[in-house]
Amino acid sequence: MTNREKYNQAFIETLEITADQLGDDLTYQSIEAWDSVGHMQLVSALEDAFDIMMDTDDIIDLSSYPLGIEILKKYDVEFS
Amino acid sequence: MLLQDRVCLITGANRGIGQATAQRFVDEGALVYANARRAGSLDALVEKNKEGQIIPLYFDVTNTQTLKAAFLRIRKEQGRLDVLVNNAGIMKDALIGMISSELVREVFRINVFATLEALQFAAGIMRRQKSGSIINFSSIVGVEGSVGQSVYAASKGAVIALTRSTAKELAPQGIRVNAVAPGFIDTALFHSIGEMRVASVSKDVGMGRLGTPEDVAGVCAFLASDLAGYVTGQIIGIDGSARL
Ligand SMILES: NC(=O)c1ccc[n+]([C@@H]2O[C@H](COP(=O)([O-])OP(=O)(O)OC[C@H]3O[C@@H](n4cnc5c(N)ncnc54)[C@H](OP(=O)(O)O)[C@@H]3O)[C@@H](O)[C@H]2O)c1
Repeated sequence: MTNREKYNQAFIETLEITADQLGDDLTYQSIEAWDSVGHMQLVSALEDAFDIMMDTDDIIDLSSYPLGIEILKKYDVEFS
Repeated sequence: MLLQDRVCLITGANRGIGQATAQRFVDEGALVYANARRAGSLDALVEKNKEGQIIPLYFDVTNTQTLKAAFLRIRKEQGRLDVLVNNAGIMKDALIGMISSELVREVFRINVFATLEALQFAAGIMRRQKSGSIINFSSIVGVEGSVGQSVYAASKGAVIALTRSTAKELAPQGIRVNAVAPGFIDTALFHSIGEMRVASVSKDVGMGRLGTPEDVAGVCAFLASDLAGYVTGQIIGIDGSARL
């Protein structure tokens, strides 16, 4: 599985959405499931998927689907 | 045994209450990641527990990156964390008018900020397993107040507030958060108030003796265990009926 696929899967599974909902419009609180509880579940899923532990500032900053990719790059996760 | 195979992290475990708690947890069957900031200061504890039940982790709890690395290591090695004991703490006294902002920062950095930071990292792991016990360290001084100890008291009062709030927030995820509030416990920290004051305050203990680190360790073992499975958000005094 590529990193992009792992990333997408974390969103799809924790927020219970479909692949066509992934994109620039997917932001924190833009859908019901991405509330504060869903956010922490998403963080856990990303940490598990990439075997990392995110800094508190990054957890706060992870406010959209595209921003998450930028944040993960800081943890040496490469996206092609 | 109360804590068979539980994975625990205890901060400030090289002496005093932290050391006694680490030993008690091992005696109850736990695997203990013991933290200290001075390299080599856990050698005696490791040596005493030859079967590897103590894993030393050297870092300063106020350093976010090394603190985080410790939690990451535990997650990688064990895949879980059952108990966090936020024991590391300092006591610095100063009378009103002589309280420097550096003193306030130093005390809060260790007693409050590091406690909260460790709690956040621990909760991140415990959330996945939907269980866990976090034990914070307050003090009788944080409950009742004490002359010359406004800063220390405020820091330990903050620990009470954060214990109560985080317990409410984490309860739905099966994570319990409690605090202990020791009275006068016979450690270097307590003796730092000076032997004359030690002698005078010791007289104010209803049970007629100072507490031992083991007295506190026993309560921590209880709070960490399933015996306390329905206990959260509590501040447990361990003071032999001491008065301030
Ligand atoms: N003793 C009492 O009467 C009493 C009463 C109420 C509450 N308490 C609380 O109980 C806890 C333990 O106290 P104690 O009596 O056992 O004190 P202690 O004998 O002075 O031990 C304190 C421990 O915390 C460690 N520590 C301090 N700052 C640290 C840091 N930045 N990073 C990592 N470790 C650090 C110390 O390490 P070093 O050896 O490197 O200094 C030591 O291991 C404290 O939170 C204290 O406030 C104690």
